[in-house]
Amino acid sequence: MITRREILGSSIAVPAAGLAALSTAAAPIVAAAADAGAQVLPPGVTAAQFAQALREFESAIGKDWVLSSEEDVHPYRDHFSMLKDQPDELRPSAAVCPASVEEVQAVVRVANRHRIPLYAISTGKNFAYGGPAPNVRGSVTVDLKRMNRIIEVDERRHTALVEPGVSYMDFYRHLQERDLKVWVDTADVGWGGLMGNALERGCGYTMGPYRDHFSAHCGMEIVLPNGELMRTGMGALPGSKAWQDYKHGFGPDPSGLFAQGNFGIVVKMGFRLMPRPEHWRTGLITVPRRRDFLALVDVVNYLSDLFVIGEPLYSSPLTRLLGDATFRKAAIDFDEATMDRIAAANKIHSWQVELQFYGSEKTTLANWEWAKELILRAVPDANCFDGESLKVPVTQAQIEQNTRPYPAPYVSVMRRNVMHGVPKLYMWRSPGRTDDAPDTWNETHIGLFSVVSRSGEAVFDAQKAFADVARKARAGTEYVSSLLTPLNWHQSCFLIGNSFFGTSTRNDNSPEGKIRQLKELQQVLKLNAQAGYGDYRAPPILQDDVADQYSFNNHILRRFNETLKDAVDPNGILSPGRGGIWPKTHRKLRGGLRK
Amino acid sequence: MKLHIMGILLVGTVATVVAPAAFAQSSPPSAERGRSLFQQKCQPCHGTEPSDMGHAMLPGTDALRIKYRGALPAAIEQRKDLTPEAIKVYVRRGTWSMPPFRKTELSDGDIADIAAWIRKTAGG
Repeated sequence: MITRREILGSSIAVPAAGLAALSTAAAPIVAAAADAGAQVLPPGVTAAQFAQALREFESAIGKDWVLSSEEDVHPYRDHFSMLKDQPDELRPSAAVCPASVEEVQAVVRVANRHRIPLYAISTGKNFAYGGPAPNVRGSVTVDLKRMNRIIEVDERRHTALVEPGVSYMDFYRHLQERDLKVWVDTADVGWGGLMGNALERGCGYTMGPYRDHFSAHCGMEIVLPNGELMRTGMGALPGSKAWQDYKHGFGPDPSGLFAQGNFGIVVKMGFRLMPRPEHWRTGLITVPRRRDFLALVDVVNYLSDLFVIGEPLYSSPLTRLLGDATFRKAAIDFDEATMDRIAAANKIHSWQVELQFYGSEKTTLANWEWAKELILRAVPDANCFDGESLKVPVTQAQIEQNTRPYPAPYVSVMRRNVMHGVPKLYMWRSPGRTDDAPDTWNETHIGLFSVVSRSGEAVFDAQKAFADVARKARAGTEYVSSLLTPLNWHQSCFLIGNSFFGTSTRNDNSPEGKIRQLKELQQVLKLNAQAGYGDYRAPPILQDDVADQYSFNNHILRRFNETLKDAVDPNGILSPGRGGIWPKTHRKLRGGLRK
Repeated sequence: MKLHIMGILLVGTVATVVAPAAFAQSSPPSAERGRSLFQQKCQPCHGTEPSDMGHAMLPGTDALRIKYRGALPAAIEQRKDLTPEAIKVYVRRGTWSMPPFRKTELSDGDIADIAAWIRKTAGG
């Protein structure tokens, strides 16, 4: 028999009607936290004004698509919020779901009349970064999921034009059904959407120009805060056939304002797509000593920037030695000589990188041979292992990757679906139950990553800096940061996770534990900035903290953006606070969370 | 050349992905429509095929295996005990690592169709 608690988890309040529908024994209903059922209003808006605004939204887009009941609004909250059910949880008051550009424009005009803050989402699956929840409690969410047309895919020019509600899975299905020989670089979890992920500056795994999802965009159509419609790039030229061919158009290109910003609601977006290659090949390179990492990164950078390889995956097998007290101490102390000595004694290399090549069977082989030549020239005692060599498109069985391409103990860490533009939910096991921890889950699933310059020296510097940050943020922390490996999601830089203490509350899902985590992350972000590191992305709950990191010349970047914001959105109705940009109407809310 | 440009007349017929049919519930619920919806919306996490990297089950199926330890099937298409009402609560409220789904993603009618499909596959 299923109990209510099993169905609901530990912190979800459910409408009585929903519970009554369950044929279950009379287990006590999970106690609703203080905020769970409370009516939420936009700041400064009375209940009467809000009711009038809802009526006008209904007139604009139809009654069925203005959602304001607790049951209907619940899915617009952040399922993983560190402030879940707290009085300051960032949750919306209602949601409106337009089906066309004209309806989006009508929604914006109603919001202007009543000073209602809006928050636009596309597929609403930005989990780890706030999900569908807004920056301002009481905002009305503009859910663009119903705008889900794939308007154009051109497999000769390698372009697409889509609406906001198109998910990676939708788009992949479209390609498959038509045997279109192009790929879209997908996010880890394929229920996300092309547009939303790109506007979040999400990233993927294939060739550099495509796996930086915002950089791969080409042309936007935007509803501005006053309801006017604007196109960027060649879309600004009536009759142009090159909207998805040249993103810049003429003059200043404001496209960047709409990524992690709040200057408009993007309702169409073009993308450059990767042509489907004929062949995919992988290879593994290992280097013995810690300092060999410097040469390894140089070689990989060279290959990356000549567009010879897709995303390289760095890792270190030395984590296996952390049970050795001498090695652990050396790793904490950055005692490289001792680390090298123990690694050699255990016949374990210090670093490895797995490379992937896209092209034909012959070109991928030639490029792999060249990569081996380059690394052996730089590090003569490096080892190189041939990996997979697969004709594209790969089969489902090949995607599932149950083969071991390298001799034991070398392990491939490449997840093949994302390397082949195949959206899946494989990664979604990360916040859920595990065999080791079957009775808990990560209720505050979150991602935070600092930008690090793309060199071995910079990685070593960051390792030391982050160890220092961890000690300052939590006294007594022994953070083994010398084995941190960089992610090369964006071609031009490294990202290193800020999960010094884990970005999971799996071990303490109490409200106090979640708030402790929030405060600790806020402190980490502050200390990171003092050390010269900034994050590339954040959930609304931490966006002010990240924006604070970018403070050159008394926050001139933010002041510049807010000057623009006040000019184009004088009523401050569009996603106030997003990206740390607060309109004058809401500026007093800046940094107001749990400080 | 395969150039797919949707003219106005084609909009909504070729390349519009599964769209919730507002809130109208099909009467009676359609297991066949539920099958298609299940494949698109549920199967990627709750299907029965293997996952990657050596995991035998997809994340949702694996989570239910861990939860029920054999007392109930891990695959929800084999669950006889799931009423349409219970499925709706799971979908709308979310549960554990499964987030809630909005009406723009799955209408009430869609959920009823999916429930009909699960009932059919489970032999209920």
